[in-house]
Amino acid sequence: MNPKLTRRRFIKGVIASGVAVSSTSLWYSARGQSRPPGAVERMIRINVNGQTRTVDVAPNETLASTLRYKLSLTGTKLGCNRGECGACTVLIDDVPNYACSILTHSVKDQRIETVEGLESPNGDLHPVQQAFIEELSPQCGYCTPGQIMSAVGLLRANPNPTRDDVRHGLSGNICRCGAYESYIRGVLRAAEIG
Amino acid sequence: MVATTHDVMPDIELYQPTDEANALSLASTLGEDGWLLAGGQDTYGWLKDRNKSPAAMIELTKIDAWKGVRETANGIEIGALTTLTEIINDPLIKSRYGLLSMAASRVASPQIRNVGTLAGNLAQDARCWYYRRGLDCYRAGGNLCYADAPESLNREHALFGQSRCVAVSPSDTAPALVALDATLVISSERGQRRVAAEDFFVGPAVDIEHMTILRPGEILTSVLLPNSWANAEFYFEKVADRNVWDFALVSVAAAMKVSDGTIQDARLACGAVEAKPRRLTAVESALRGKPRNEATANQVASIATQGARPLNYNHFKVPLMENLVKRAIRG
Repeated sequence: MNPKLTRRRFIKGVIASGVAVSSTSLWYSARGQSRPPGAVERMIRINVNGQTRTVDVAPNETLASTLRYKLSLTGTKLGCNRGECGACTVLIDDVPNYACSILTHSVKDQRIETVEGLESPNGDLHPVQQAFIEELSPQCGYCTPGQIMSAVGLLRANPNPTRDDVRHGLSGNICRCGAYESYIRGVLRAAEIG
Repeated sequence: MVATTHDVMPDIELYQPTDEANALSLASTLGEDGWLLAGGQDTYGWLKDRNKSPAAMIELTKIDAWKGVRETANGIEIGALTTLTEIINDPLIKSRYGLLSMAASRVASPQIRNVGTLAGNLAQDARCWYYRRGLDCYRAGGNLCYADAPESLNREHALFGQSRCVAVSPSDTAPALVALDATLVISSERGQRRVAAEDFFVGPAVDIEHMTILRPGEILTSVLLPNSWANAEFYFEKVADRNVWDFALVSVAAAMKVSDGTIQDARLACGAVEAKPRRLTAVESALRGKPRNEATANQVASIATQGARPLNYNHFKVPLMENLVKRAIRG
């Protein structure tokens, strides 16, 4: 097997070659109408983890979709895809948001930060990541990137949270393993590490 | 179409107007084919489930004139596109109209409040899952109610005002605005109209397919809170199965003007018991001139549930509502 043809690379290739025809324009032409001018341009520049990336983004595309399937930032997980679980939480201008329930076009002028952007250039983990390891916060780990991003957002707004602040700060993230207690300990430790 | 199989969003056009005139003109031109997009937390569910299929979204959150909180001669004006988080933290709202802050802080989850707007919270559609599922019920233009059949699961549904449809108003901020005697400003290309918060919402007897009086081409652009209810005594409580994400089983919002322990005037509204926030006018009149205490609460609260018509599985809402009203009165 070609060592360079990993599963992820293969899928990305298929995506890149896929031709996406907007059925919206067909919808208008079928009704004999011209669509009002001023719809969004597809080629946009977005700021992700401090880098400006040029991406072809469909008007209906969610941020989670762009991050995962256009930019290969698969640390942002899709759980429910309905804004009901928190696995896709990313920071937009330092504020936690569900990437599955926001359009990429809506945040093109803002700073987007995913779990991949937390590590410092010299490889040191973010205090929240370090504290989650030390407190054995994750169990299966699927919700962890979302929990981390909510925790980072909380600590930026409130560097010395009480236990109750942490409970509220992480309340928009479901953990199916029920590891809430160890996540709370992790965030409180992260606040100590600073 | 490989690229789109990763995303469950349907194909739809997107407009991002940055000024009011452009937004109003798009809303008017697109009419029913245009979908007003604010925080999107109601929108994306409908679209992803393919249960509503507008041709285009008009994103309203890029218009600064419709955001933020301003002081006016008669009170304050809140841009309807202000996020719930901003409303929770705004010093003016917190200090004078704490009732709205309290209500906004109980909506959904932190992430949803960070992007969800006041307009979106007020104008969101019914959460009846039969309707949301895409069934052809009365509200969806059909001729059946799936929530009011003998075996229907209607624990969350209405106590009052059922008329073929038994869905309830899901908004937490709506009863707070009714209690605060807010005025809503609706803009369109033809101009503006102002309506009292109570008259913004409509039940199925009046219009079974819409929760509000907003019509295609119209945009809810601001909310006015009057000085007359600033710094009144406030009470808000929402009971839901879960403290996060969940919609109210019953909520209560109360504003009372009390001097020397006597209630001079009061406005109360309950959420999630009717298709619109239920204003408790009979309770309000019974309260005037009485002391704000436990005895008054016990004496008056049962008026709140008079005329309730519980469905098969929501009888529990009657004592729940009565108890919430009791707690609102005694403070």
